[in-house]
Amino acid sequence: MAYFDAASSEPLHPRAREALLAALDAGWADPARLYGEARRARMLLDRARADVADVLGVRPDELVFTSSGTQAIHLGVLGALAARRRAGRHLVTGAVEHSAVLHAAQAHEADGGTVTTVGVSRTGRVDAAAFAAAVAEPGTALACLQTANHEVGTLQPVEEAARACAAAGVPLLVDAAQTLGRLPVPPGWSLLTGSAHKWGGPAGVGVLVIRKGTRWRSPLPEDERERGRVPGFENVPAVVAAAAALRARAEEAEEENRRASALVDRIRELVPRLIPDVEVVGDPVDRAPHIVTFSCLYVAGEALLTELDKAGFAISSGSSCTASTLRPSHVLEAMGVITHGNVRVSLPRGVSAADVDRFLQVLPPLVRRIREEAGVMS
Amino acid sequence: MSRPIGTDRQQGAPTLTIDALGRKCPIPIIMLAQQINHVPLGGVVAVLADDPAAFSDVPAWCRLKSHTHLGSYELPGGGWAIHVRRNY
Repeated sequence: MAYFDAASSEPLHPRAREALLAALDAGWADPARLYGEARRARMLLDRARADVADVLGVRPDELVFTSSGTQAIHLGVLGALAARRRAGRHLVTGAVEHSAVLHAAQAHEADGGTVTTVGVSRTGRVDAAAFAAAVAEPGTALACLQTANHEVGTLQPVEEAARACAAAGVPLLVDAAQTLGRLPVPPGWSLLTGSAHKWGGPAGVGVLVIRKGTRWRSPLPEDERERGRVPGFENVPAVVAAAAALRARAEEAEEENRRASALVDRIRELVPRLIPDVEVVGDPVDRAPHIVTFSCLYVAGEALLTELDKAGFAISSGSSCTASTLRPSHVLEAMGVITHGNVRVSLPRGVSAADVDRFLQVLPPLVRRIREEAGVMS
Repeated sequence: MSRPIGTDRQQGAPTLTIDALGRKCPIPIIMLAQQINHVPLGGVVAVLADDPAAFSDVPAWCRLKSHTHLGSYELPGGGWAIHVRRNY
C-alpha cells in the first residue's frame, strides 16, 4: 500500500512511537499531584512543552496542549472573540479555512456576531487586499488565516495579513496544521494552532499558542488544567510522543521537503500530459511541499478512489460523492474549479519515487476505463 | 432526457434543455459535454440540475472548455437552470 494521504494524517513517526511506549510507563500519573509518579508525569509534560515551544520559537508558558487541532481552533477563535467583546464582534476569515474555523465562525454568528469571509483566487490564495480591508473595519475582534490550504496546498499571505492586523490592532489566529514540522511559521500572529497527527505525532494532541499580551478568555466552564485554558486531564504519553515527532520532523524538514516537493512537481507536470481533460489546481510554486490536487473531468471521485484503493493507493478527494455531507469541498467551490473527479495526493515522510512512478502508470488507464464505462469518448 | 424549447437566440434563450435533475456529478457535466454540439454555434444550452456540485462544476467546465457560462437561475422546485453558450 502506497500511503498518499498525509494531509489527513501522517503515519506515526518512529521517534514518536518510541517516546510513546516509554511514556505510557513513565507518564501515566496525574501531573497535578505531588507524589513521585505525579512529579515524573509533570516533568515529562513540562519537557514536552519546552521542546514544542523551542521548535515553534515561542515561550513554553504561551503554549498549551489540546485534545485535537480542531479543539485548538475552537478554543482559539471563541476565546479570543470572548476576550475582545468590548472591542467588537466582527470576525474575519478566509473562504478556504479548515471547517473547524468556519464552524467556530458559524457559532459566533449564531451568537449575534458578524463574519466576513474573504474570497480566494483561482489558485486558492486569499485576496490579501480584501483581507486587510475587512480587518480594518471598525469593531473587528479577530482575524483567522491558515498557513497553507489543507486541500490544495496553496500558501496563504500570512505576513501581509499579519501586517494589516498589526496596523488595525486586531489579533491574528494562524492555523498552521498543514505546515508545522515542515515549514517555519511566518511571523506576526497572536494565536497559533496545530495538530500533532499531521506532523507524525499521535492523534488526540493539538497545540494552541497564545502570545503574551493577547487577550483570551475561555469560552468553556472553568478548569485548572493547562493554565486554565484547556479542560480535562492531560494525555501526557501522547503529548510526549507529539513533541518527539515534531523535533524529529523539524530536523528532517529540509530533506523531506525537497523530496516531496520534487515528486509533487513531477505529478503536476505529468498528470495533465498523461491524462486528457484534467485540471491541476492550487498554486504551482507558492505551496506546501507535500500536497497536489487535480480533478479529472467526467469521472466520479468515489469510483476513482475505490479503484486506486484496489490498486494499492490510499488517497482522498474533495468530491461531493466522497464526502459524508454529499456536498463538494468548500475549498474547491470557493476557487471555482472542477469539484468532481477530484484527487488529493499528499505525500508522507519518506515517500518513495517508485511509488509515485507507479501511481503515474496506474492512473491514466484507470481514468480512461472509468470514462469509457460512463460513456465518455476521449 | 433533453428537449428543445425554442429557437430564440437573440435573447440568449436556450435552444436545448438538458434535464439532469436528480443526477449526481459528473453525470450533468457528461450530458452537457455530449450534447452541447446539438445546438448551433452561439446557441444556448440550459442544464437543469440540483446536485450542488453541478452549480460550481458547470461554470468551471465552461472556463476549461472555452464556452461561456451565461448565468445560473434558481428553479422554483429546487436546483438551477444553468445557461451555457456554445462558442465553437
